[in-house]
Amino acid sequence: MSNAPTLQVTDLKTHFFTRAGVAKAVDGVTLSVDRGEVLGLVGESGSGKTVTGFSILGLVDHPGRIVSGSIRLNGEELVGKPEAELRRIRGRKVAMIFQDPMMTLNPVLRVDTQMIEAIRAHEDVSEDAARQRSREALVRVGIPSPDERLQSYPHQFSGGMRQRVAIAIALLNEPDLIVADEPTTALDVTIQAQILYEVQKLCAETGLAMIWITHDLAVVGGLADRLAVMYAGRVVEEGPVDRVLDAPLHPYTHGLIGSVPSHNRRGARLSQIPGMTPSLLHLPEGCSFAARCPRADDACRVMPQLERFAPSRAARCHHPFIAENDGQEIDLTFNE
Amino acid sequence: MSVFILRRLMQSALVMVAMAVIVFFGIHLVGDPVWMFVSPDMDQHDIEEVTRALGLDRPIWEQFGYFVLSALQGDLGTSFVFGEPALGLIIERMPATLELAFTALLMAVVFGIPLGLYAGLYPDSAVSKSIMAGSILGFSLPTFWVGIMLIMVFAVILGWLPSTGRGDTVDLFGVPVSFLTLDGLEHLLLPAFNLALLKISLVIRLTRAGTREAIHMDYIKFARAKGLSTRRIIGVHLLKNILIPVVTVLGLEFGSLIAFSVVTETVFAWPGMGKLLIEAIQQLDRPIIVAYLMMIVFLFVVINLIVDILYSILDPRVRLGDRGA
Repeated sequence: MSNAPTLQVTDLKTHFFTRAGVAKAVDGVTLSVDRGEVLGLVGESGSGKTVTGFSILGLVDHPGRIVSGSIRLNGEELVGKPEAELRRIRGRKVAMIFQDPMMTLNPVLRVDTQMIEAIRAHEDVSEDAARQRSREALVRVGIPSPDERLQSYPHQFSGGMRQRVAIAIALLNEPDLIVADEPTTALDVTIQAQILYEVQKLCAETGLAMIWITHDLAVVGGLADRLAVMYAGRVVEEGPVDRVLDAPLHPYTHGLIGSVPSHNRRGARLSQIPGMTPSLLHLPEGCSFAARCPRADDACRVMPQLERFAPSRAARCHHPFIAENDGQEIDLTFNE
Repeated sequence: MSVFILRRLMQSALVMVAMAVIVFFGIHLVGDPVWMFVSPDMDQHDIEEVTRALGLDRPIWEQFGYFVLSALQGDLGTSFVFGEPALGLIIERMPATLELAFTALLMAVVFGIPLGLYAGLYPDSAVSKSIMAGSILGFSLPTFWVGIMLIMVFAVILGWLPSTGRGDTVDLFGVPVSFLTLDGLEHLLLPAFNLALLKISLVIRLTRAGTREAIHMDYIKFARAKGLSTRRIIGVHLLKNILIPVVTVLGLEFGSLIAFSVVTETVFAWPGMGKLLIEAIQQLDRPIIVAYLMMIVFLFVVINLIVDILYSILDPRVRLGDRGA
C-alpha cells in the first residue's frame, strides 16, 4: 500500500445533465499523483480541468454528477462516499485553492475567523490553539506581521496576499493533496514567481502531492514534475514535464506548445490550432480532436485509447509524433 | 463622516420646511373645521366666536407664520377637539404604534429570512414555489382586506384571538406595553401580523435573491472545500453576506411600517397614532393632522440617517472607505 500513489483517478466521468442535453465535461480521465509530486493539468478553457478538480473534492454542483470511474485517495475510494464523510476529507486530506483570490475569501469575515473555522471543522482544538496554528500557517506562506493580519478583513489585503492566505488555509490541516485551480492566473508575474517558488518548496519539504491546473505552459514547465494534457474531457497526453514539452506525442500538445512564443524560435510565426474546442454537448464520434488535427485520417473515427509509448509516457492518439521524435525518445528512455 | 452627517441634516431641515408648507396649506383646502364645532341652534355671533377661538379668522399667511413660530418652540398647535397640545396627544399614542411596528418588524425578520433562505437554497422544490407564490399574495393583497379576513377567520369563526384593542398593558419604564401580558400578546398578534405581511413578503424576496446570488460565489465553494458543515456555511458565510441588503431595506421600511399602521390600527381599533390621525381627519382636527404628518416626516428623516450610518458599520468595506476619505 505504501507505494500506491497519493491520488489515483481511473476512468472518471463527470457529466452535466442540462436542459440542452448531457455535457460530458469529464469523460474518462485517468491520472495519478505521487507523494511530493506536482502534476500539471493543462488544457484550454472548457477542457474539463476544473471539473476534474472539483470531482476529486466531491464538489460537483447540480446538475452535474460523477457518473462512473474511481477516485482513490491513499487507496481509499471517494466516489460514492456519503456527503458527511466527504466533508471530513475536504480541507483535511484534500484541499483546494481557487483561481481568483479576490473572490475566495468571504468579504465580511475576518481572516482569523476563516482560518480558525477551517481547523475546528476537523479537529476538536481550542480556539487559542487554532489561532496559533493559523498564525504559523501565515508565516509559512510568507505573510509579514501575521498577528495583525489575522485581525484584518480580506479587502485589506492585496491580491497576492489574499492568494497566500488561501494557500495558508489549504495548508492548515496538512492535507495529503492540494488541488490548485489556476491559482496564479489572476496575479502579476512577480507575485506569481514568488508563490510558485514557495509552493515548490512546500511540496518538497512536506511530501505534499499537488495538482496544478492551468493553461499556462510556462508556469507548468517551471513547477510541475509531470504533465497531463486535457482535451474535451479526456487526458490526451501524459508524461514527465520536460519530455512532454520538448517532444510532445499528441498533435494537440504539439499545437499547444507551438502557440506559445519562445526564445528558441525567435522570428518564426506562431502557429495556431485551427478551429475551436468542440461543444461538450455534441462531441464527435472517435477522436474529439480529429476535426482540428493535421494528421487525422479515417482511423481517427474510432476513439483512440491512452497508450503507453515509453515507460513514463502515454498519449491518446492513432498518429502520435513518434517517428519525428524517435531519436530523442529513445535517448530519453535510455536515461531512465 | 461628520461632513456627511452635517450635509444630511441640512437636507433634512429643508425637507421638513417643504413638508410644513405643503401640509399646512393643503389641509386648509379641505373643509371648514368650524362647522364641526357649532350646533344648529347657534347664531352667527356664536359661530364667529368659535372661529376666533380656533384662530381661524386670521388670514392663512398669518396662521402659517404663527404655526412656524410656535413649531420652532416645540408647539405644533392645540387640538380643536381635545383642547390639548397636538404633539402631546400624538406622543401619548406613539408607544402603541411603535410596539405594533416593532412587532411587525420582528415578524418580518423571523418569518421572512428563514423562508427566503429555504426558497433560495431549494429553488425547484414545491415548498419554495408555494413560498414565492405566497409572497406575491402578501405583496398584492390590500392591508385592510387582509385585516378584515384575519378578524373573520381568527376572531369570528375560530374565536382564537381577540379582534380589537390592546388588551391588558403593563408599564415598562413608565410606558404602557401590551407584549408583556398574555392578554396583550393575544391582542397584538393579529394586527402585528397584518402589518407585517407586506414586509415578510419583501424580506422573503430579498433573502431569496441574495441567496441565489451568493450560493454561486467562490467564497461559498471555498468554504465547502474547507470541509465546513453546511450549517456553518449557510448560517455564517452566506447569511452574513445576505443580511447587509436586508437590514438596509428593513431600516428604510420601518418608517413605512409606522405610516402603514394607519390602516391596520383602524381595522383592529388599535389605540395608536394612526387611529388618532383617522379620527382627526374625520373631525377636521387640523393641528393633529399637521402635527402627525410633521412627526412622520421627522421619523423618516431620522431613520434614513441611522440606516446610512448602520450600513457603514455592517459592511467592513464601507468602513474602510470612510477611513480613507
